[in-house]
Amino acid sequence: MIAPRRHPAQDHFRQPLTETPFHPRLAALCETESWYNWAGQKALHSVYDEELEYFAIRSTAAVFDISPMIKYRIRGPGAEAMLNRLTLRDVRKLAPGRVQYTAWCDDAGEVLDDGTLFRPGPQEFRLCSQGRHLPWILDTAEGFDCTVEDESTAIAGLALQGPASFAVLQAAGFSGLETLKTFNIRDLPHEGGQVTISRTGFTGDLGYELFCPAEAALSLWDRLWSAGAPLGLKPIGYNALDRARIEAGFIVPGTDFIATDLALRADRARLPDEIGLDWLVDPAKTQFNGRRAIMAARAKGGPRHVLVGLEVEDNTPAVGAILYHHKKREAGVVSSAIWSPMLKRNIAIASLDAPYGSRITEDLWVEIYALRELRYHKLMKRARIVPRPFLKLRRRTVTPPGLV
Amino acid sequence: MKRHDVVLIGGGHNGLVAACYLQRAGLDVLVLEKNAWVGGAATSRDTGTGVTFSNCSYVCSLFRPEIMRDLELPRHGLQVIAYEGGVVFTEDGDYLAAYRDHDAHRREIARFSPRDAEAYETYARDVTRQCRFIQPLLMRTAPDPVSLKPRDIGELLWLARRFGNFTAEEMAATARFWTMSIADFLDEYFETEVLKAYLAISGIIGTALGPMSPGTAYVLLHHYMGEVDGSVGAWGYARGGMGAVTQALASSFRASGGTIRTDAAVEKVLTRGGRATGVVLDSGEEVAARRVVSNADVKRTFLKLVEPADLPEPFLHRVRQFKMRGSSGKLNIALDGMPEFPALPEGCRCTMGDMHFSDSIERLERGYDDWKAGRWSADPFLDMMIPTQLDPTMAPPGQHFMSCFVQYCPPKVEGRDWTDADRDAFAETVVSQIADYSPGFRDRIIGMEVRTPRELEAEVGLTEGNIFQGELTFDQLLFNRPVPGYAQYRSPIPGLYICGSSTHPGGGVMGAPGRNAAREILRDMRLSPKEMRPAHDVL
Ligand SMILES: Cc1cc2nc3c(=O)[nH]c(=O)nc-3n(C[C@H](O)[C@H](O)[C@H](O)COP(=O)(O)OP(=O)(O)OC[C@H]3O[C@@H](n4cnc5c(N)ncnc54)[C@H](O)[C@@H]3O)c2cc1C
Repeated sequence: MIAPRRHPAQDHFRQPLTETPFHPRLAALCETESWYNWAGQKALHSVYDEELEYFAIRSTAAVFDISPMIKYRIRGPGAEAMLNRLTLRDVRKLAPGRVQYTAWCDDAGEVLDDGTLFRPGPQEFRLCSQGRHLPWILDTAEGFDCTVEDESTAIAGLALQGPASFAVLQAAGFSGLETLKTFNIRDLPHEGGQVTISRTGFTGDLGYELFCPAEAALSLWDRLWSAGAPLGLKPIGYNALDRARIEAGFIVPGTDFIATDLALRADRARLPDEIGLDWLVDPAKTQFNGRRAIMAARAKGGPRHVLVGLEVEDNTPAVGAILYHHKKREAGVVSSAIWSPMLKRNIAIASLDAPYGSRITEDLWVEIYALRELRYHKLMKRARIVPRPFLKLRRRTVTPPGLV
Repeated sequence: MKRHDVVLIGGGHNGLVAACYLQRAGLDVLVLEKNAWVGGAATSRDTGTGVTFSNCSYVCSLFRPEIMRDLELPRHGLQVIAYEGGVVFTEDGDYLAAYRDHDAHRREIARFSPRDAEAYETYARDVTRQCRFIQPLLMRTAPDPVSLKPRDIGELLWLARRFGNFTAEEMAATARFWTMSIADFLDEYFETEVLKAYLAISGIIGTALGPMSPGTAYVLLHHYMGEVDGSVGAWGYARGGMGAVTQALASSFRASGGTIRTDAAVEKVLTRGGRATGVVLDSGEEVAARRVVSNADVKRTFLKLVEPADLPEPFLHRVRQFKMRGSSGKLNIALDGMPEFPALPEGCRCTMGDMHFSDSIERLERGYDDWKAGRWSADPFLDMMIPTQLDPTMAPPGQHFMSCFVQYCPPKVEGRDWTDADRDAFAETVVSQIADYSPGFRDRIIGMEVRTPRELEAEVGLTEGNIFQGELTFDQLLFNRPVPGYAQYRSPIPGLYICGSSTHPGGGVMGAPGRNAAREILRDMRLSPKEMRPAHDVL
């Protein structure tokens, strides 16, 4: 007879989704109960009212729980060289105390994910992304003098976004942030430990991201909350954030492109150039994952797909719509679309099949099926390619930040 | 004497599928089954314990939904229900469970290795990609690569185009996948032994190869390409036991006017002028037919039911060389209560699925070593299920049917025939393995049906007891199944066809061989398969 052994972690099948360190506060504030699964953790589509939450981002300040982001800690003398091999941009140019938006590819040059690379110290990095990449990063790290640690659950993350976000931090007693420029990081004391605050975000607005050990999460929330309430600080869910990120022109893996390691259909994978990330690729770097394939594709002449921003006539969002050239030939698909409250325009992010979007940029149309009370309105609307970000706010980058 | 349009030898599920399509096309079809029941290896019966067993096959997912729809099987009582999970118990008292819930499953693997938990995603994607390539081939007749017929050339081009759509990496990955061992394939993804052992089982089940034998990676696909209601890779139970599949087929067949005769074993296929003209039963009765279709395996059909003189020597040679070595046995156990597995936390749903006790590839391979030496494995691997947790129709309340697939189990014991004493010793090996993990297990047993390759061959007619009517290695698939040049359900004898699992696309309760065979027969008769709607698209 074999004696059974008990393990503490065995009971996860009873509740497959875990709760983030901020869960008790969010659960208490939540009116909608619109929980969804974000990377195995409970997250909210909306906390009380999607529309009002969006305006908190654009008018006061909003907190969004980003703890479910996947976070890898990479440390050691070889960390810089390893990340330089892993990612598209030149990590040597990323100074300690700075953050880089970046992406990484497999050997075929196809995008695995995009994310942010934080460099708190010379030999210390944090890579944040939507997807999980431990096997890939560990394999890349072979031969480099560095350690890779998944700190996704150990570290809590909070996005504080909106024109009053600086004021909230100031009121909460986080001092000295008036000199913190976009993409800069600073460690500030909190409860005997530290919070890492970066001037980054996903909204195109003035905003910060705060990271702290999971144990310090609730006290951090409370500190922001009591200081922020008079300034209109509001908790928000993903739907409001999604509107803001579309205005800011950011792309989301799984929505605007398919990560190559998850693509069942090989032809869905994309090179960086094919999803508008060409500017991340640093050809001066002699070695990085996917370099040869990316350069070979460039030599063969332009990308086969083009990701663009669109402005669509009229006011019906074109989510999931098919794009046509000359109203006839299929040219691509819309992956994200909203009516922009800030711009009063109907905007969209779309993937086109070359030569549409590259050589042919005129005479594009979207076919929208708008279901209204059990009847489809079939609309054919003109679409114009416009630069991203759709929305550019001066307050995002002004230092010191104000309230306007 | 009445002459039937078609007489079918054998009422296994493929024979019945073919019979249904042929009858619905307007032919007069007679099915002759040697047993007192239909179903072949897809049958369920109460052998006197008060509990219904799925006597041979026990889980359903490969059975093509197109066939269920065409033949109106739901109306004739077929219901396939999805089940949850699975588990491998480990020798150190722990276990690795499988859950349908993505996050529960990820967190379970992460107990052993966070890296493997993430690597599982890539693994699942890669296997699914291979399935997606193979799936559309199931419901098509394999092209004959040396034929110059426009249809074969068209099919070859279709295949070539599918290959052509591959990227260089996919091409390389696919060629490797088709030829690798399942152990090597899994090593490319995982570091956790018990996880690899769990996943390896699909590469060796029903196959007389070990996890380290080349070619076993591909066999995995045959266990992944099924689906339950569009959920690819999922497995389910046929409600009432696997016999529900063949009972529904028989009912559908009769409803369309077909005739089934049980206890009617065919002794020989009759030929005149080199053409099949009917069959003779072991009673001596002759049955005349324009066409004869055999659901029996390729060896039984051509080495037993046909005069060797009627067949070309090279063909006979290939049939003799066709590998269908028995490698498995089965215990069907009636229990008077649900067995306990103290290693599992209370309420863990993983007992609803497949349960195993082999926690390393090495143990699986050692089990295979015993088979090579002509013995059953001293430490066998089990694929064990208790479907009565989800199906109340098979046992009185509180009692259970435990289906215990066992590997490895040789067709002969050290070169001699099986004896009853061997069979009992084999059963004891299995029971003692279960009892190691389930206290009081022996006391729960109220009845048992033990099946070695000897019993399987005697009952179902599977030569050497091979469960798939021939191993599913790549050398015996597509246009090579069962014999090059005869992979299109026809034989060297005009008017004689084969439709069982020996033919493309192979074994498992899938129905595809039967449907494909019916299409070829109708083509020869210049009839259109009216009620055969196209195979589902793979999007
Ligand atoms: C123990 C075991 C477990 C299995 N588990 C699974 C599983 O869980 N899931 C799965 O999908 N597949 C499983 N399989 C495989 C699957 O059951 C078979 O591949 C499939 O049922 C074969 O069907 P068939 O119609 O091709 O042939 P068979 O089922 O072999 O049918 C042949 C029929 O012909 C009859 N016959 C033979 N000779 C004569 C004759 N001379 N005269 C008249 N009748 C004759 C036989 O009695 C039989 O009814 C298992 C098989 C076995 C043996």
